[in-house]
Amino acid sequence: MKRRDFLKNTALSVALPTFLNGISLKALAGTPLMSALSNYMHDDKVLVLIQLAGGNDGLNTVIPFDQYNLYHTARTNIALPENKVLRLNGYDATALHPALADMQKLFNDGKLGIVQAVSYPKPNFSHFRATDIWMTASDSDKVVNTGWAGRFLNQQFPNFPNNYPNTQMPDPLAIQVGSVISTTFQGPAFTMGLAISNPSSFYNLIEGKVNVDSNTRWGEQLDYLEEMSLKTDQYANVIKKAALKVTKQSSTYPAQGKNPLADQLKIVARLIAGGLKTKVYMVNTGSFDTHAKQTDDTDKTIGTHANLLKRVSEAVNIFMDDLNYLQVGDRVMGMTFSEFGRRIKSNASGGTDHGAAAPVFYFGNKVKSGIIGNNPTMPTNATVNDNVPMQNDFRSIYASVLQNWFGLQPADVQSVLNGTYPVLNMV
Amino acid sequence: MATPTANGSIKKYRGKWNKVQTKHLLKRTMFGAKKEDVDFFASQSLHKTIEALLNTEEEIPQPPLNNYNDDKYSDPEIQIGQTWITANKQTGMEIGRRRNSFKSWWLALMINQNRTIKEKMVLFWHNHFSTETNVVDNATSSYKHNVLLRQYALGNFKEMVKAITYDPCMLRYLNGNNNVRKAPDENYGRELQELFTVGKGSGSHYTEADVKAAAKVLTGFRIDAKSLSNIKGIFDASRHDETDKQFSSFYNNTIIKGRKGKDGEHELDDLLNMIFAQEEVSKFICRKLYRFFVYHLIDENAEKNIIEPLAKTFRKNNYEIKPVLTQLLSSRHFFDDNNKGCIIKNPIDFSVGLCREYNVQFPNNDDYVDLYAFCLTLQQQTALMQQNIGDPPNVAGWPAYYQEPQYDKIWINSDTLPKRNVFTDRMINNGFARPANKKIIIDAVAFAQALSNPSNPEDLINESISLLYMMDLPDKEKQYMKEGILLSGLQGMMSDHYWTDAWNKLTTKPDDAANKKDVTNKLKKLYKYLMNLPQYQLC
Repeated sequence: MKRRDFLKNTALSVALPTFLNGISLKALAGTPLMSALSNYMHDDKVLVLIQLAGGNDGLNTVIPFDQYNLYHTARTNIALPENKVLRLNGYDATALHPALADMQKLFNDGKLGIVQAVSYPKPNFSHFRATDIWMTASDSDKVVNTGWAGRFLNQQFPNFPNNYPNTQMPDPLAIQVGSVISTTFQGPAFTMGLAISNPSSFYNLIEGKVNVDSNTRWGEQLDYLEEMSLKTDQYANVIKKAALKVTKQSSTYPAQGKNPLADQLKIVARLIAGGLKTKVYMVNTGSFDTHAKQTDDTDKTIGTHANLLKRVSEAVNIFMDDLNYLQVGDRVMGMTFSEFGRRIKSNASGGTDHGAAAPVFYFGNKVKSGIIGNNPTMPTNATVNDNVPMQNDFRSIYASVLQNWFGLQPADVQSVLNGTYPVLNMV
Repeated sequence: MATPTANGSIKKYRGKWNKVQTKHLLKRTMFGAKKEDVDFFASQSLHKTIEALLNTEEEIPQPPLNNYNDDKYSDPEIQIGQTWITANKQTGMEIGRRRNSFKSWWLALMINQNRTIKEKMVLFWHNHFSTETNVVDNATSSYKHNVLLRQYALGNFKEMVKAITYDPCMLRYLNGNNNVRKAPDENYGRELQELFTVGKGSGSHYTEADVKAAAKVLTGFRIDAKSLSNIKGIFDASRHDETDKQFSSFYNNTIIKGRKGKDGEHELDDLLNMIFAQEEVSKFICRKLYRFFVYHLIDENAEKNIIEPLAKTFRKNNYEIKPVLTQLLSSRHFFDDNNKGCIIKNPIDFSVGLCREYNVQFPNNDDYVDLYAFCLTLQQQTALMQQNIGDPPNVAGWPAYYQEPQYDKIWINSDTLPKRNVFTDRMINNGFARPANKKIIIDAVAFAQALSNPSNPEDLINESISLLYMMDLPDKEKQYMKEGILLSGLQGMMSDHYWTDAWNKLTTKPDDAANKKDVTNKLKKLYKYLMNLPQYQLC
């Protein structure tokens, strides 16, 4: 008997001399973990993670409008004009970057929320380390080798990948658009995720094309190898099948290549609507590492950072639009994250250096919109050492998603996150 | 599908001699091209490199040892750490353990090979004079067979065939041992022609009558197993058919006169002289060498301009192997760009080559228990990938070397490709472990450290690609590896220095465990990714 069936079928029994992760089933019977497992398969909720790689400048994304003068003084060379920032219904103190018009609309429609000043104690300023911390949900001074979503999926689908895919879970547990699977999906022994290397390889997969010029001897061999590797990917067929079920998507997507994040999310929407039971998707865009010239010299509302934000805002909006068109909008929740925010005071090169806390966006038909937390307090004489202090631990966001979106019991959330974090009113 | 042709004649290659040419030559003639070997030979010339690969004197390897005593079993005759080839007794228990010891020993020789073509040629001849340890069921004679392959690997092919006829391993495997006057067994007489010498090419027309006639010539050769350690093939005149043997028109209607008594043994020379008088023998062997070292398909151009002149060289030199290999491996054709990177690695090349190219550290010979255990692990991995050294599928060897139209594509299927990926993933991630924390694993940081400029992400990627692959990757792919792996999604202008800083910190702040882990993980991801791309399957 498979362990999963075993657990399912024995959820009500009381005294069995069997152990699950060292805890006897007697103790587990009827506990939240067991109910989580047995309820789980009928649940069709999906989470989409959007990584804003490089460290997004939170203060030029979500502006502390109520402290505009101090904000302007701290970063005069990049400060957004007071009359250009976008206002939010019911939240006069806070405004958005002018490039986020689509997100403003989603916020005002009640489909998007903001968590202020997200970070963790003793923030790390290295891209690599900080990214690892976000992905593993570890403390700043602890090195953890598994990803938070990997632990979540491992809890729900024990023994993966042995005997997977199977009839109960025929689909990949998690899908990453990108060639290398993120640490976020790393389980205790195996990665729980499957990578789709890039949008064109996805379309090659579903259209059955391979990539190589077979006009050389090695090219001809490579052709064969690529074809074989597509065929042998045990999930290639289910993905192809799901994708082929969706013949029409929202017409509002830009042409492929114009907005790489929209390209990635288009694939995600197609797979969700095609019926994959995959729980978590991850996409990414960047680079938000804006050390220099993050705005245009004269018009601060345009430039590098504006372009990056516009991409995110447009892509999220089109994605939501498409999900609703495909009638799966209610099943999906998304969130952005970035390894850190940037310094309050801008630097002399018209950019910002690595900082601490920054806002997180979350969205979906079913989320509770609004702003969680307050604007960061702007210092009167900002120095290079001033950072946005943490108000919300990023693991609170994970806890909220696990508990209120995926319906895990608090004890299970605690075991995934290796600790207890306040649940936020996100969903 | 039409296959692109390769140009270049058999004439000596006089183009540039650089790392690309060196790497191509080494990947084909050794197991993987290690950076230090490529550097070593690239600074010399093609001539000197071929000279070293073919003519370096090598010591005869120490024989395999008893590594197999354990809690449950002790070899009653041979002590642990002693060689078992001197043993005079064997039961099923010893045979099984010694067979594994033999395979480990062989794998270790490949892993620790010298800068010569020797080990590749031993594998070539193993595939050619295929025998199976499982069928022969005598580890001593499997070992002796292997020694014979080594002895003649670069010697005289005709003498090798003669020695194979006396080889107790082959006498068992193809039933020469049962081939007696009253009831000839045709097995060896057939394969001698069909698989070992004239082959089945369009120029080979031996007949069934020739098989029978050859079998009669070969009556009387049998195994003398009075002493296991001295097991050998002998000629037993009492078993020999002394009648005349008539051959077909393919052999010019040759009659091999029956010889009496002990003189009957010399009919073997008559038979080999007759067979080796056929030009087809030289062509058959040259085609086989071509498939092993150059490319699986022999088109008209290659048959006429490469195989024919090579075969002529073979005959002119009385079937000495070295002149043929020298000519082939020094030819313009061999170095034609279209002949680079076009072979799908066999599983041994894939896994032993991986260990060598990444300089995976194995225990030394003193720690033979661990060394043999790791080698057996590797051998079992290659067996899962469908190349079980010492046990080819049958007397024809591995289908990758003869099965049209697939040839080396046969190595790759929906079962074996994932196994190759699982193996490379494991070697880069966790490795294979033994008690006392001993491990074989790729040290990604050490590999990167040996490169010329690892602190620059682009140089790191480019140099890794050029060491591991025969072909370049598209810029998009390299850009992805830089941004998606080394820089974790950072793109654009100012980002390269993040990798540089992290890399340099390994030396300036060696105690920064988090940084070390980051860098190590990124390199592991990079090399895992590189080994998962199909380009890594080619050599």
